[in-house]
Amino acid sequence: MKKTLMKGNHAAGEAAVRAGCMLFAGYPITPSTEIMEHLSARMPEEGRTFIQAENEIASIHMVGGAYCTGKRAMTATSAGGFSLMQEFTAYASDAELPFVIINVVRSGRGIGSLDPGQDGYRQSVYGGGNGDYRQIVYTPNTIQEMVDDIYESFETAEKYRMGVIILTESSMGQMMEPVVMPDYKFLETTPDWAVTGTHKWDRGAGGWPMKRKAWEEKMARVKAEMQRWDAVGLEDAEYVFVSYGLPSRSTGEAVKLLRAQGVKVGFIRPKIVSPFPVDAFKAVNRDVKGFLCIETTEFGQMVQDLALAVKGEFANNVPVHFNAYGIGVPSVKEVLAFYELIREGGSKEVF
Amino acid sequence: MEDIVRLSHLIDAPAPTACPGCGHLLFFRLIREVLDELDLTEKAIHANGIGCTGVHRAWQNHGYVPLTAHGRAAAVATGIKRTNPDAFVYTFQGDGDAAVIGLAETLNAAYRNENICVFISTNAVFGLTGGQMSWATLPGQKTTTSPLGRDCSTTGAPLHVPELITQVNPGIAYAARGTINSPKHIIQLKRMIRNAMEAQINNEGYSIVECMSVCPNNWHLTPLQCREHVENKVIPEFPLGEFKKRGE
Repeated sequence: MKKTLMKGNHAAGEAAVRAGCMLFAGYPITPSTEIMEHLSARMPEEGRTFIQAENEIASIHMVGGAYCTGKRAMTATSAGGFSLMQEFTAYASDAELPFVIINVVRSGRGIGSLDPGQDGYRQSVYGGGNGDYRQIVYTPNTIQEMVDDIYESFETAEKYRMGVIILTESSMGQMMEPVVMPDYKFLETTPDWAVTGTHKWDRGAGGWPMKRKAWEEKMARVKAEMQRWDAVGLEDAEYVFVSYGLPSRSTGEAVKLLRAQGVKVGFIRPKIVSPFPVDAFKAVNRDVKGFLCIETTEFGQMVQDLALAVKGEFANNVPVHFNAYGIGVPSVKEVLAFYELIREGGSKEVF
Repeated sequence: MEDIVRLSHLIDAPAPTACPGCGHLLFFRLIREVLDELDLTEKAIHANGIGCTGVHRAWQNHGYVPLTAHGRAAAVATGIKRTNPDAFVYTFQGDGDAAVIGLAETLNAAYRNENICVFISTNAVFGLTGGQMSWATLPGQKTTTSPLGRDCSTTGAPLHVPELITQVNPGIAYAARGTINSPKHIIQLKRMIRNAMEAQINNEGYSIVECMSVCPNNWHLTPLQCREHVENKVIPEFPLGEFKKRGE
């Protein structure tokens, strides 16, 4: 397979084309805009639909309109644009409607900044709209993995009739890496849930009023089948790092350096953060002294899911250490410094 | 005999959930009749509004899409039509839905000249929430949020959506306003609906038909008084007619 050097956002758009996405509707927002730029040329070229909508609310509803008739559709956005889509994600979750959103997270509240960050975690995982719902959230840390995730995401969304978010960061969208593009594929059949002139929408497992048992069964299935992570050195680890996305690249490097010096540290990288990879923690050394959460948020978002996963696996209240990296991507040096602090008995914030 | 058979699904459908004297159902029935007459029912997909137009869903036994949040129907319809060009796609919305919270979606779908039909049933109040002021509320009209009568100096004046849309994009296929307060007007409205639907079938572009509806409950009038109110108060403010004719 031929490798091409591609910018993250262009690769993301192209992966959607290869995955059989028939409609893209979007609104420009940095740092996600190159996805729609790429698709504004590629979708018409393939005889598919590209719409520059008046805002993010309209663009995600166009995606919903297409997907409820069984046509693969997607949008891409960031920050406040993703916030505007939360009305829809709540409605779609209630209707058990599949959809795919690439959320190229930038840092900060409101207008925030254009620096990379991971504070779109909670909005993506828990859904920012009203009501109690979850979305399946992929967290790739290379452009190739992002392409593969997007390629798979439509089928995942259709299989569970759930929203799927591809959570990337502004640097991931802007940087370039060699990537192999997968072959073209399509949704060949009309799904049985699709609206046609003679078939109106049915609300799948849940229905309304909510059939609680059916929802529980569905979510249990998602939790069991979508566990995905990478791990290093968990058997003998005294401390285990947990990190996803770009910070997981510097964390992985730090772990490699430490292990080369004979230091017993482990590493869990969630490749999907929702459902959280709780199964990964079963392999962790029972005498582990603590977990170190490396994420670029200001108050901690993934760390809370991590703390719950640790609580579920260990009876003795193992500490989960958090360091607020704020924005950007922590360097290997910063990750090592945090480890030194914890090893020497210091602490920042403990969950 | 054929007509009786054609409309049988309306009779078979569950009882519509509307108040006595409601104007929405009459408008919706006309839409369904024209769908049948043009043989569109089996390819029709319907993006619905929220509000009273949404609680009539029991009557909607064909391609009905439930995910449309308040005001977003035109955007949903856009997504449906663009990926299903052979489907017949329409929205059925109230004025609070299409012309207040959803004005952006309504206008922008027209701006792009999407090949969809937008049907707005205007009763000049937010009906389902209990009769609050909408942008179509008449000057001086009392509602639960304009208890002293609508004061246009602070709330704006009645918004005329088909006229506005014709100005935003003179290139749309069809824009008209009708009403249901008399047999004569009902026949006129049905002709407008037919025009709107034929425009979509012929790929002429966006069409909109606003129906001046009635809301006996929230207007605190009897159904008969409602019909007189439309004749004497509503029509002078909201003139009936075609603002964009097909082929013009």
